[in-house]
Amino acid sequence: MDFLKLFSREDVSSKDIAKERLRLILVHDRANVSPKFLEMIKSRLIDIISDYMEIDEEGLEVKLTRMDKEKDVTVPALVANIPIKKVKHLARI
Amino acid sequence: MGEAIVITSGKGGVGKTTTTANLGTGLALYGQKKVVMVDADIGLRNLDVVMGLENRIVYDLVDVANGVCRLKQALIKDKRFENLYLMPAAQTKDKTAITPEQMKKLCDDLKKDFDYILIDCPAGIERGFKNAIAGADMAIIVTTPEVSAVRDADRIVGLLEASGFEEPKLVINRIRPDMVKRGDMMDIDDMIDILAIELLGVVPEDEKIVVSTNRGEPAVADETSKAGKAYRNMVARLQGQDVPLMPMENIEPSFMDKLRMFFGLKARTR
Repeated sequence: MDFLKLFSREDVSSKDIAKERLRLILVHDRANVSPKFLEMIKSRLIDIISDYMEIDEEGLEVKLTRMDKEKDVTVPALVANIPIKKVKHLARI
Repeated sequence: MGEAIVITSGKGGVGKTTTTANLGTGLALYGQKKVVMVDADIGLRNLDVVMGLENRIVYDLVDVANGVCRLKQALIKDKRFENLYLMPAAQTKDKTAITPEQMKKLCDDLKKDFDYILIDCPAGIERGFKNAIAGADMAIIVTTPEVSAVRDADRIVGLLEASGFEEPKLVINRIRPDMVKRGDMMDIDDMIDILAIELLGVVPEDEKIVVSTNRGEPAVADETSKAGKAYRNMVARLQGQDVPLMPMENIEPSFMDKLRMFFGLKARTR
């Protein structure tokens, strides 16, 4: 198993790994966003969405990443994955 | 009225002092300009050693700032190169021995007499950095193709922009063409892509740098040194000449074509 893993990693050149890691590090460095700040956003999101939907708070994920705006242009993006357990009656109006 | 250029990096050990020594010497030697190199690394001075001028220090930057001596008394004239001078840092004091305001005044005074003032910035982003950039008109950021050095360089770009520096220039130091070819080192395009600043030059890893530092003789004057050639090209670019990046051994032609194309585009669009 470990043997296979070793080989699969070798497929990606280490400079590409370095580049990808750097990109993500710099998104955080440039935005100056602390994990504490992300937690704050997360709890506010839970508050708001909970009025309309029952969500899986444990599975909720908020992270800063990058997304393609156009070809060759990427912008920092705040991505939230919010698993829904049940839509509340109110939201169906 | 001269131009003050700060050479900075954030991270230590990437080659700020070597870059300062070689660009300074190159500008004096090939550019026929009157140049002073200022060592702003108070407490950890090294520009004097790299230049082989360590035995000639009497007064230093802190003495000038505090009025212990006159500006001219602290300047060391390099006897090997016409028009090249060094303003050494103090070794027994720390970064708080001078203020950014004093540093600015020093640079303004030097600008009256010199064409170029090259300031060797200490590592870090604290007081020493603030002192070093205080009197500068332009910034050169030195980095190596490593994650840590590029990250710090990006931070410096941000801090420089916040301080009003408009277009800092990048020097990529110690690149190894063989490793780039293997895909084990970030290439020039990768780094420009990430940092999004203008490239001043690329210096290949070169054993001759160690030898020249051992001797206290800058490699820029060594016609046989690859790194020396890279520095000479940068000296020409600093003076407005359009010099293409030099071809590096062991790099496939397709990659070189890419480099040339890239530099050609960059040089013209900016």
